[in-house]
Amino acid sequence: MNIIISGLISGSMLALLAIGFSLIFGVARIVNIAHTAFYMVAAYCIYFLSAQIGLHPLLGMVAAVILVTILGLLAYKFLVDPIREHEAAVLIATIALAMIFQEVMLLIFTGDFLSVSYLVQGFFLLLGVKVFYQQLLTFGLVLIILLALWYLLMKTKLGLAIRSTAEDREVANLMGMNESRLAMITLCMSVGLAGITGAVVVPLTILNPFMWMEPLIMMMAVVVLGGLGSIKGSFVAAYILGFAEALVVFLIPKGAFLKGSVALSIMILVLLIRPEGLFGIAFEEER
Amino acid sequence: MGVLGMYLRRFITLIRGEVLVLPSRIVVALFFIILLGLPLITQNPYVIRIIILSSIFAMLAASWDLLSGFTGQMNFGHALFFGVGAYTSAILNISAQIPPWGSVPLGAIAAVLAGLIIGIPSLRLKHTYLALTTLAFPIILLGIVFALPELTGGELGISGLQRFTNSLLGNYYLHVAVMLIVCTVMWKITDSNTGILFHAIREDELAVKASGINTTRYKLLAFCLSGFFAGLSGGLYAHYMRIAGPSTLEVSMSFSVVIWSVFGGMVTIYGPVAAVFILFPLLEFVRFWPEYRTMIFAAVVLLILLYMPEGLVPWIRDKIEKICPRCKIRNVATRKTCRVCTAELD
Repeated sequence: MNIIISGLISGSMLALLAIGFSLIFGVARIVNIAHTAFYMVAAYCIYFLSAQIGLHPLLGMVAAVILVTILGLLAYKFLVDPIREHEAAVLIATIALAMIFQEVMLLIFTGDFLSVSYLVQGFFLLLGVKVFYQQLLTFGLVLIILLALWYLLMKTKLGLAIRSTAEDREVANLMGMNESRLAMITLCMSVGLAGITGAVVVPLTILNPFMWMEPLIMMMAVVVLGGLGSIKGSFVAAYILGFAEALVVFLIPKGAFLKGSVALSIMILVLLIRPEGLFGIAFEEER
Repeated sequence: MGVLGMYLRRFITLIRGEVLVLPSRIVVALFFIILLGLPLITQNPYVIRIIILSSIFAMLAASWDLLSGFTGQMNFGHALFFGVGAYTSAILNISAQIPPWGSVPLGAIAAVLAGLIIGIPSLRLKHTYLALTTLAFPIILLGIVFALPELTGGELGISGLQRFTNSLLGNYYLHVAVMLIVCTVMWKITDSNTGILFHAIREDELAVKASGINTTRYKLLAFCLSGFFAGLSGGLYAHYMRIAGPSTLEVSMSFSVVIWSVFGGMVTIYGPVAAVFILFPLLEFVRFWPEYRTMIFAAVVLLILLYMPEGLVPWIRDKIEKICPRCKIRNVATRKTCRVCTAELD
């Protein structure tokens, strides 16, 4: 039971992060290493707004998501946009950005472990295991957000534009879609998603400035496993890896050390059989 | 005497005709001379230590460039080779009592094997998939290292390794000489037929395949070569620091390698070397404000990339040298005509 709960929670978190990451990769071809750093910044914003200023946590969350989105836009406009054509340079720029975020947070909040109080207190017993309402709330929120995202991408005109740009940038541009504006909107969505992830997960985790590293790796594993740019793939892969992690932690002695290894080994095994990921589309070789 | 004089004259002509005509070659020659002559000026242990560590990381960064820059196989897990080299030579040194002269090359060979093991599955993947998969390998190994504390020392790592020599100068010349030789060898490799094939694979793999070349074999070769040099630097690092710890396998290590190489300019070999020799001492200089160190590092990298997305060294080289439009030979930017074919330079 513990396994299921912990797998569901970490899977949901990974799914949200991975979808944001693969959105911006698909539309703008930006490998955004700083993606989880935004998630970390959002978590700290919530801590700052709710625990230190005394805002209601819910209000703090909304404010944090908006703040992080603005931050992401600024970073994109001034740091990434000028060097968009040089993929390697963009990559390094995002790594450097993540490092700067980490250092700034380290300076402001020091390296201490911090935590945020639960939105709703209490728990109920299910088959002898404590299930906190907060965990249920987090899971429910994640599902709602994922559904909303799916609706946006599949049923609206904007979603169509995003999907077609991800498929073929040049043709989409020729069809009259404003590629750079679309990239901007997608970036907002992507960073916003990272912020939301931070918001829904923050009461369940411990805050420290290095918390972006581990989800970064797992998120990339999810994205690769599910197939780049495939929302469904990211969703399924996130839960596969989330459960794999939980199983290893609870069933194998010293499992906490090995959880990353096992999850990543699963990813590599799947890639050996299907090099384009579970739900990815094998692209024609680009020339 | 006459024979000696002749050789001397020939050497001077060579230097004048080949080295002194281009500022970049003068810089490289000066780099060699300064590095080899530095102990004559200062024997400050701190300076010597920084140069030694810079040399080790310069090898690592250049080996990344050989793999990822030249063949375009983005490897985000270069720390794997470094860590395998460091851990293997440490275990051999401590458990089997093999002296450093033997354990470092054996560590490098272990890194070559690691290159084969990750190269064979990874070569089915392309671009971003490859980059993100290779990122996973050092983390898997790190998990194994933590899970086997008897063999690997867990979080503390293996300490108490033998050094090559205990003399300051001996260590200095050993590391600097190895670095200069290894980097020259790598540069020569990229200049050879193999290197041209590597470059071609990066530009257009399909065309290379169509020319009847087994690209998989060349990509594997690149993985092994790069693994060898990175493993060598890992072994040297372990023996110099006298400890092989988990930090050699961390994600930040893989990222620093990429940062150095892209900052210095990819597909050059000398770019990453220059970048390490600029960034590493810079990082040491700002040790007075330890809390701002990483931030300054990241900010410098960001700002430089904003203005020179190709990397620092190619940017400078383009400013001080021009390529002759007719014979494609490099010239000093101040010249009006090409030094070989006398064509007008624009």
